[in-house]
Amino acid sequence: METQILDTNTDFEVVSLDSVWNESRLKHPWWYNIKYLVAGIFFGIILIKAEVVSWFRIQEMFRLQSFHMYGVIGSAIVTGIISIWIIKKFGLKTIHGEKIELHPKSFNKGQVYGGLLFGFGWALTGACPGPLFALIGSGATVIIVTLISAVAGTWVYGYIRHKLPH
Amino acid sequence: MDIIETIKQPWPWYVSGPLIGLTVPVLLFAGNKKFGISSSLRHICAVVIPSNISFFKYDWKKEIWNLFFVAGVVIGAFIAASWLSDHQPIQVNGKLVTELAGYGIDDYKHLSPADLFNWHNLLTIKGFIVMVVGGFLVGFGTRYAGGCTSGHSIMGISNLQWPSLVATICFMAGGFLMANLIMPFILKL
Repeated sequence: METQILDTNTDFEVVSLDSVWNESRLKHPWWYNIKYLVAGIFFGIILIKAEVVSWFRIQEMFRLQSFHMYGVIGSAIVTGIISIWIIKKFGLKTIHGEKIELHPKSFNKGQVYGGLLFGFGWALTGACPGPLFALIGSGATVIIVTLISAVAGTWVYGYIRHKLPH
Repeated sequence: MDIIETIKQPWPWYVSGPLIGLTVPVLLFAGNKKFGISSSLRHICAVVIPSNISFFKYDWKKEIWNLFFVAGVVIGAFIAASWLSDHQPIQVNGKLVTELAGYGIDDYKHLSPADLFNWHNLLTIKGFIVMVVGGFLVGFGTRYAGGCTSGHSIMGISNLQWPSLVATICFMAGGFLMANLIMPFILKL
């Protein structure tokens, strides 16, 4: 039983561990990943120009003093919902001709406990993981320490995971 | 060159929000990738310090795209901060300015306050809690929750996954509690 609890998947972001995941039969050379680097570059520019990586903007958001962050996140979600609806409706494929697959996430208590803990960290640092990378790029070098601490937090979670309620 | 001047100003939410949302289909079309940045922290653990922990024993090479993406975020942020910025102070709500002034925070030149986020402050209790403990909670909490603002709030809700909505509500609840009830004491330290 112990191992069964341990091996239960509660993190659906590592898709290669997802039981319903079909590995792509296409084998690409490594430089095909450059397209994700380019996507990341655009994303990094947007994060900075939207000021969503700003500690000040996050403090405003959690004090209900500005609509900005709610507008950004809300309109991003609406855009995402419409995009996925279109993808599903027309059964669209990737640029490599494979079917786009979306997998469900199941509920576990980690989404509540972990969610609250992340909320604490988000307010303190004014940054979620994407902005940590963006802030470092923008020249806030001390955030490297915060990022290393975040990696340490992830590692400690992995280490004590089997003892935590899920 | 009006367009360059416009780009250099902060972008309004109705421009930046939809652009962020478009990351979802862009990654799906590029190769069936699911938007989610916090998993990069798990991959870094899997690459650097797996330490025989089952949670980090997987073939991270299958997820390497994610590390390319975050490397891009660093580069993109550098480009935006270096060449696409008007270097004006950040405009925030006057009430926040008044409150933060009480904690000695009045430098709005950078995205994060230089009065708080600097190397010297790492060795103070306040700076340690904000930068190091805060970072730890971000890494621990996002993985415990199985995602962050991108993976749950944007990707998960876009795919109409109710557990992602629960997670997002908890992110916000945690943030409200910390910012309004706990941080005033921390920032006074």
